[in-house]
Amino acid sequence: MDLAFFFVFSAIALICAINVVLQRHPISSALSLVGVMGSLAVLYLQLGGEFIAMAQIIVYAGAVMVLFIFVIMLLNAGAESRSGKASWTAPLLGIPALLAFLGFTVYYFLRGFNNAGVVKFGGYTGGSAAGVGISLFTDYLLPFEVTSVLILIAIVGAIVLARKEMD
Amino acid sequence: MPEAMQVLQSGVPVSWYLILSAVLFTLGVAGFLLRRSVITVFMCIELMLNAVNLSFVAFSNQHKDVSGNIFTFFVMVVAAAEAAVGLAIILTVFKNRQTLNIDEINTLKN
Repeated sequence: MDLAFFFVFSAIALICAINVVLQRHPISSALSLVGVMGSLAVLYLQLGGEFIAMAQIIVYAGAVMVLFIFVIMLLNAGAESRSGKASWTAPLLGIPALLAFLGFTVYYFLRGFNNAGVVKFGGYTGGSAAGVGISLFTDYLLPFEVTSVLILIAIVGAIVLARKEMD
Repeated sequence: MPEAMQVLQSGVPVSWYLILSAVLFTLGVAGFLLRRSVITVFMCIELMLNAVNLSFVAFSNQHKDVSGNIFTFFVMVVAAAEAAVGLAIILTVFKNRQTLNIDEINTLKN
């Protein structure tokens, strides 16, 4: 049952991720990205990260992607044009490097994590809201507070950048 | 078929989650390199962050330690802040240059 869940939702995540890269229209990419995030939330749930799974749906698939779609609609972003001079240096050097990276990581994960154990639903429940909350407010209290300052700076920065010029 | 039943009953190896994470990360980098629209490039960055989050949660499960979940939480917070500021920058650039093509946004070049 665990295997079936993993295969179904990893397949959805992979297909949606390929779609993000291949679609020419930004809004199609954005909706595919919501699919990736939703299926990743199911995988988090399977891995015992209940709180993270819900936060993934609310924060990522909800708030962040709504922000993206608002900006796409605000800018009236159409399909990207293939014409014009495009730099080919990045793909030419990047794609072989990327394939090498993928090969090395997959090889390493298969070799190094061969007997790292198996994941079963319900096998680990430390990622519940209670577990995450206790750890967040004891061991990670200082990073948590610093994060609030970061968010405040981000809010101020976004408003300053996006406001209309008054003069 | 007792063997097939045993395979179905057994769980998913941790390495499979890590491989899925690596493949998603690679797709994100590929989109980052190949796409020309600045909004899609930005979405590919989010895809990479999500891929890394999956490995964090998988490691958290493997070590039976909640720290991986906490790290994922912080990555999410930083990604939300980054999305807000980044999209504001994209809005400003579009207001000044009337383009979303990354090849035409080259004021800092040379």
